[in-house]
Order: sequence, then structure tokens, then C-alpha cells
Amino acid sequence: MVATQETINKVKEVSSTYKYGFVTDLEAEKAPLGLSEDIVKFISHKKKEPRWLLEWRLKAYKKWLSMEAPNWAMIDFPKIDFQDIYYYSAPKTKPKLNSLDEVDPELLRTYEKLGIPIKEQEVLAGVAVDYVFDSVSVATTFREKLAKEGIIFCPISEAVQTYPDLVKKYIGSVIPISDNYYAALNSAVFTDGSFVFIPKGVRCPMELSTYFRINEQNSGQFERTLIIAEDNTYVSYLEGCTAPQRDENQLHAAVVELVAMNNAEIKYSTVQNWYPGDKDGKGGIYNFVTKRGNCLGKKSKISWTQVETGSAITWKYPSCVLKGDNSVGEFYSVAVANNAQQADTGTKMIHIGKNTKSTIISKGISAGKAQNTYRGQVQIQKNAKGSRNFTQCDSLLIGDKCGAHTVPYINQFTPHARVEHEATTSKISEDQLFYCLQRGLDTEQATSLIVNGFCKEVMKELPMEFAVEAQKLIGISLEGSVG
Amino acid sequence: MSLLEIKNAKLKLEDKDILKGLSLSVNSGEVHAIMGPNGSGKSTLSYMLAGRDGYELESGDVFLEGQSLLEMEADERARSGLFLAFQYPVELPGVGGMSFLREAVNSRRKFLGEEELDHLAFVKEARKVASKMFVKDEMLKRAVNVGFSGGEKKRFEILQMAMLKPKVSILDETDSGLDVDALKIVSDGVNAQRNDDNAIVVITHYQRLLDYIVPDFVHILSDGSIIKSGGAELALEVEKNGYAGLINAA
Repeated sequence: MVATQETINKVKEVSSTYKYGFVTDLEAEKAPLGLSEDIVKFISHKKKEPRWLLEWRLKAYKKWLSMEAPNWAMIDFPKIDFQDIYYYSAPKTKPKLNSLDEVDPELLRTYEKLGIPIKEQEVLAGVAVDYVFDSVSVATTFREKLAKEGIIFCPISEAVQTYPDLVKKYIGSVIPISDNYYAALNSAVFTDGSFVFIPKGVRCPMELSTYFRINEQNSGQFERTLIIAEDNTYVSYLEGCTAPQRDENQLHAAVVELVAMNNAEIKYSTVQNWYPGDKDGKGGIYNFVTKRGNCLGKKSKISWTQVETGSAITWKYPSCVLKGDNSVGEFYSVAVANNAQQADTGTKMIHIGKNTKSTIISKGISAGKAQNTYRGQVQIQKNAKGSRNFTQCDSLLIGDKCGAHTVPYINQFTPHARVEHEATTSKISEDQLFYCLQRGLDTEQATSLIVNGFCKEVMKELPMEFAVEAQKLIGISLEGSVG
Repeated sequence: MSLLEIKNAKLKLEDKDILKGLSLSVNSGEVHAIMGPNGSGKSTLSYMLAGRDGYELESGDVFLEGQSLLEMEADERARSGLFLAFQYPVELPGVGGMSFLREAVNSRRKFLGEEELDHLAFVKEARKVASKMFVKDEMLKRAVNVGFSGGEKKRFEILQMAMLKPKVSILDETDSGLDVDALKIVSDGVNAQRNDDNAIVVITHYQRLLDYIVPDFVHILSDGSIIKSGGAELALEVEKNGYAGLINAA
């Protein structure tokens, strides 16, 4: 709320609604256009991958060829031409960077424009960042400090080389290649992403963060993130994303896998601000993402917090598989859809172990002619005695041309469990607006205040710096939607 | 020059005449009470003054410190120093009272060319004012009006008035839903703000509020216009004879 005035100023200061729409002019090395077995081999070769990984990719590619794109989501878009996408694009820089001084200055400037300087001394104290630009990671900060604790935080392409056993053991263990169409595609062509390993008994001393940027035209981003938290650990991980403003649609199909052992806690936060397309729905990112966490250990906990403001299409269901007894899954989500944006997002909570607990808080905000769907599944399996779920889905409508939909699936296979579901739909009422105006706030300030109030339960789950950024983003995303 | 001047105001709602040529002049330092039976146009008058959508005048004019309000939106009117204490204050879920107040106060300060208050300075000021109003800090931390009792809502309205330091305050049925103790606290809060530079218009159905906030002038509103004006004693007449007697006499 403190940030609301800043939000307004920020909105006024940026001429266009989407301020990350610029393009960085960098020489890029690309794979030939389109997708084939050769492209998969090309990517694997570029990354100097071991044989097993190439074979894994090829298996995924074959699987993908046999699959159909899912059509159950409430989203409407032209068929994607997978042969019109570049599957590999990397800025031409020195292949291995020893220090940040060697990062291409043009790249540094890009991140500075994004408000995220890649200089350790300028980075907010206590956040280590991995920067992924198109298909490659360009820099990871604070690695040495983390290494002292035994924590591994590096690009996944590097982890494949340095820690092949760990990667081999866990990649695809949470989301198998055959899981779904987009996960299979990602498994075949993923290029980079982050790898995190927290060894037994270590509480990660700082927030870990990855910043994803799609720059090249017609290129897709297929990142893959893998986080492993061993027994008695804690890690908080943040993910941010932007892309240039282009008339064409671009595909983003990521996979994120989390593994939590006994008494481990992973907190995963996302602020997604991919380019949403223009007012009429031209351009924008197609965001098809598979995220899942395995609570393998007893008393383990995985918490997803997401603020989704960008993308033309969002198809995303960060989920928890609660295998360990007494494990906990949480999903806190704010999804904003304005203009022609379409969001179909939610979660799955699969209760397998005894006394497992899950909480789902979803806040959907629709404006313009956008459609916003919450889709969630709560499954309580036979042995999950004593398990509990609480779900709350609230929708806020701004204007009368948008839509909000709630699609909850509940499958309960034991009577010894409790599942609660609450849902509300509301509009910003004229009374609320008038009350704020009468106190001297203008319409945008008032909207921002009311919307941020509506999202508060989710926002308070975000780390401080991220929460401020997310509040600003929501304000900017809804600019011009009222009055 | 009057602080607030309403000139021959006419207003229709859904083709029905609600205000039928209402005129009123309020000078600085004055407290006016507008009394009237249900349906006489009291709430319409307050919404019209505050600039609520749908309550635009058909003819006539309204001036705040000599400046016409008709072309101004509700938020501009508020920043210019017009305050409305709501009969039914609106709930804003999730919006903290302190943050809300701070945004409001800073909007007004900005308009006046004063420096905006930073978080610390504001909290200090708010606590000072709140303690005078018997508003607990805890209430400022809660979401605006959410789960407030009737008395708390009205106290919070008057607290906002004290923080915003408006030129003209309109109190719409501020006594409704208050028990005697709460009525006294709220009235003390209002009285503490009376000074030579501002004016207060109290809109009420009952005389009892005027025992606590003693007006300089009382106006009887009936069927969309003021039918009788007088001093504080006029309110007692209403109490004694009811509106019917006055309306029939007029």
C-alpha cells in the first residue's frame, strides 16, 4: 500500500504500459529455424552434453511427436507453428565467464534498463541472481559465498557438466517427459535455467533468484529449473521474467521441478511479467509452464507464490505432490488479466502421505475483455488419512466485458480427511470508488489501492522487495481499466 | 465571500425532481444544520455536493470559496477541501487504515503545495490525532471499516476529517447508529475542529445530535427545497412539533 503512490508515479513516468518492451541489439547465435531430431542434437551438442542426456532429449522428442496439444483450458489462440520458432539463441559472447567484467556491456545495460543491475555490489543485499538471456545463462552472482555453505547455485547447463550424477538422478523425477505436451517439448529442447542444491542441514543464507529474459525475435524460451533441498534445509527462490514488445507471439514453455526431503522447505516465488500483447491482443508471450514440487520427505513443505501480470496466454498450474507424512503444500496466486489477455491458472495438490496439509489462496483479477480462469485439483488418496485442504478462490471484476471462471476438481478417496472450498466473485463497487475519490484519491490510485487490498493475503507471502515490485506491476497492468 | 454557496440547485434522479431550487450560503466559522424528514433530499444533497456520478445538477451552481464545483470531479473537490462524512462508511477489504489515511492526506497536501509526509512523520501525526478521538492504534492497522462497529465507523470518519483539515465538512446523518456515549465522543471530535476558517454542515433527521454539536443556523429541508431557516431554537421546534407542523405552516 505504501507503494501505491510510487506505482502512480511509475505509471506516469513510463510512456507505454509495458516498459520492458525494448530490444537489445546483440549478435546472436541461433540454431536453424524449426524443430527436428537434428535440432535436438544441435542443442545437446552446443551444450556439450553427455550421451545420456541427449538420449533423454530424443526420447522426449519422440514422445512429443506422438502427443496432442491439450485443449481443456479456457484459452483461445491460433495453432502454434512449431516449425516457425528458433529453439536455440545465444548472445555471442565468450563461452565461459570468469568474472562479471567479462559480461557483454550491452547485456549489462539491458539488465540495468530492467532495473536489475548485474553487479554484485548493487544487487540488493542478500539476493544471489542467475541471469538467463534467451537460451543461455549469462551470469550468476554470489556463487562463491554460497559455495562456502555447500550450496550449489548455477546454470543447469553447467550443472550437467559439473554435477552430472545429481542432475541425472533428479531431472524428470518430478515431471516425467511424458507428463504433458509442453513438458515433453521442454524436455527435448530445454536450453538453460537454474540448478539449486541445498545440502543437508543448511539454511540458505540469502534469497536465490533467476531473471529470465526473451530477446530474440521468433525464439522460444524453454528453460528448466531444478531445485533439490536435502534433509533439514530451507531455501527461498525468486523468479522474474520479461520480454520485448513484438507483434508476433512468442512461446515460453518452461519446466520447474522441486524436490524436498525430510523437514526441508522450499519457497518458490514468481513475478511473471512477460509482454502481454497490445490492447487488441496482437503479440505477446504464450506462457505454457509446468511446475511441480515433490514433498518426498516427512514434514517437508513446498510453497508456491505467483504474481502473474504478463503474457497473452498463461497456462500454468504449479503443483505439490505430498508424499511424505505431515508434508505441507501451499499455493498463493494473483493473476491479473487485462485487455485481451487470457489466463488459465491454478494448482494441483495431491495428498498421498498421512496428515498432509494444503492451502490454496487464489486471487484472480479481470479487466478489459480478459478471461481469467482458476483451475485447481485437490486429490486426497486412500492412505492420506488425516489430511486437510483449504481452498479460497476470489475473483475481482473491473468493468463489464471481462470474465472470471472457477473450476475446482475435488477427488477424495478416504473419508478421513477434510476439504474446504470457498469462492467469491466481486466487482470494485461504485461505493468503494466514490469513497476513495471523496478522500482525494484519483481513480487510478483508488483502483490500485482496492486491488492491492484484494490481493493482500497473497502479497504478504512474497519477499519484501518482490512485493513492492509486484504491487507496482499490478498497478501498471491495470492502468486505464477503470473510469 | 461565502465558503460554500449553493445557488438554486435543481437535480433529477430517474426523471423525478429531487432538489427543486435549493439555495444555501455558509460562511467560514459557521455550523449549519440541515434537518428534514425521510425522502426530503438530504442524502441527495450531500452526494451532489461531493460530486458523485449520477448526481449532476440540472441547473443552478455550487461554489467552494468562490470557485464553481460543477466542472470538478469528486476527487478534485475533495482535494480542494470538501469533506463528506458518510452515513454508511464503505468497507475496503485488505486496505489498511493507516495507508489509506496517508494516501488521502498526501493527496490533499500535494494539492495545497505542502510537502508530502513520509511514513514516520505521518504515523506520528495520525497517532496523535487518533488518541484525541479515542481511536486505538489497533483500529488504524485494520482494513478500512471492515468489521468496525457503527461507532467505530463514525469515529474513523471524524478522524479522517481531523487529518484532512477540510474547508467545508458535510456530516451526513453522523448520529445514526450511535449510542449516547459514542455520540458524545464523535461530537467532541467534531467540535474540536470548529474554527474561524472552516465550516460544517450537519445533515440530520433528529434533533438529538444538535444537543452536542450546537449549530449557528438550522434549515428545514422539505420536498427538495429549504422551507424555513432559523437559529438553534428551530431544531427544538422540530423536536416539539414534528416536521408536519412546520411543513404545513410553510
